[in-house]
Amino acid sequence: MNAESTFATPGAYDVAALRRDFPILARKVHGRPLVYLDNAASAQKPKAVLDALTSFMVSEYANVHRGVHFLSGVATERYEAARRRIQKFLNAEHEDEIIYTKGGTEAINLVASSYLAPRIEPGDEIVLSVMEHHSNIVPWHFLRERQGAVLKWVEVSDEGELDPGDVARAITPRTKLVAISHMSNVLGTKTDLAEIVRIAHARGVPVLADGCQGAVHGIVDVRALDVDFYAITGHKLYGPTGIGALYGKRAHLKAMRPYQGGGEMIREVTRDYVTYADAPMRFEAGTPPIIETVGLAVALDYVESVGRERIAAHEVALARVATRRLKEMNGIRIIGEARGKGPIISFEAIGIHAHDLATILDREGVAVRGGHHCAQPLMERFNVAGTARASFALYNTMEDVDALIAAVGEARKVFG
Amino acid sequence: MDQNLRELYQEIILDHSRHPRHFGPLASANHVAEGHNPLCGDRVKVYLRVDDKNRITDVMFEGRGCAISVASASLMTEMLKGRDIAEAERLMGGFLNMVKGETADGLDADDREQLEVMAGVSAFPMRVKCATLAWHAMKAALDEKGTARTE
Repeated sequence: MNAESTFATPGAYDVAALRRDFPILARKVHGRPLVYLDNAASAQKPKAVLDALTSFMVSEYANVHRGVHFLSGVATERYEAARRRIQKFLNAEHEDEIIYTKGGTEAINLVASSYLAPRIEPGDEIVLSVMEHHSNIVPWHFLRERQGAVLKWVEVSDEGELDPGDVARAITPRTKLVAISHMSNVLGTKTDLAEIVRIAHARGVPVLADGCQGAVHGIVDVRALDVDFYAITGHKLYGPTGIGALYGKRAHLKAMRPYQGGGEMIREVTRDYVTYADAPMRFEAGTPPIIETVGLAVALDYVESVGRERIAAHEVALARVATRRLKEMNGIRIIGEARGKGPIISFEAIGIHAHDLATILDREGVAVRGGHHCAQPLMERFNVAGTARASFALYNTMEDVDALIAAVGEARKVFG
Repeated sequence: MDQNLRELYQEIILDHSRHPRHFGPLASANHVAEGHNPLCGDRVKVYLRVDDKNRITDVMFEGRGCAISVASASLMTEMLKGRDIAEAERLMGGFLNMVKGETADGLDADDREQLEVMAGVSAFPMRVKCATLAWHAMKAALDEKGTARTE
């Protein structure tokens, strides 16, 4: 264990060395060292990713799948290699099961529009949990508004746990999809996705998982999970913004209508008719975010070079200490204490609005999110207007936890 | 704690946020509007009683929000009572300038001094919307618009 590292747990790594890979962590905010604990909103980028974006543009860039010229071939190879990188990351069986999207939101909207919309009759049901992010709620509301779908909500316990049995009880002969988060962006709750899939499949219902947090804090094996659709986003995985992916089982993708129309997604276009390319191109109209896919592939390489299990163990160890120390303070309420939860802590300082708290923490250099976290039904469930949220990444340290606790103490002093 | 923060959360602001003045509904109101900031979920409802001489004879507010938005609403109600509509709008104009860090022209010295306690918010651009929410709701109430949004 490195002597510099003040934090050691079984399987831990040299955090100080890893931090040097992230240039932004060296900057100051309001004259204080940056303590970045807003990772659930977006993670910072390692130098390897930044360099890859530049060097790709400097020496290998062109549009993909179009030209016969040299650079087009090179760029296409990098672009398709990134798809195989994501395939491997999720352990998908086939590379054509990975659809590039601009993020998790587009991945879910694609499923709503191309898979579910044609299958919805008025009164058909979509099962979702009360802890979904708006990106896994609003696309289903579209189907409610436009086609008469019925949303069936699965509750969570006071600890923030979701009982797969409640999913089973919500499924009826009219259920067309279960849409569920793999890890709550507010509570950190990790759902028992394999069990939920087993239950849903036993009733003939497919499952979409929102993996925007789940894929960041653990190993995801879509084949072992047997999940039908899995949405991820690149920028929370230390990659660029504007790139994400939808995993979809080949059989589903084959049966799905196109998403957007345009170049690259066709087989033939005439004056009278059009035929479409197969997946994944069928769902990737227009020039894709080529540079960002290359950056995401390098980000995934980086994550795996550190080790996903080690990262998860490190993050959870920090979050546990932070949770315990927050609870030792007066007037702090932790929202979400599910067993086996991920490194996301939502909390409320009694008598201090989340935005006031976030402003005071910010002046101490501590970046946290304050607000409803795009999860208003969950805020209503826990009867809070908003929470403060500290979320951990592979580069956070025990000093970051110290800074968080000290800054919350400052806020207590301001508000008495 | 830094000076900007101390100025933002000065005692009078905290006092207004803990003990908001004129808090609650107003049954006799003839102008009502809601303010909503969908980004943070803050809500405020402003009730005004305006007499036939365009004078604000009573004002109340209710809602939930951060210390800045509640204090600003509370301060606003204190300042509006007894004013006529033209003065209320002039106050609002001066207030909006002040929280954006601009000079609040056209206010008399007393009003400026009272509003000055909110001026610290100008150092926190992300929080200016919190301070202006109730004022926009008040304007919407006078304009019979029903709702105001800041985002």
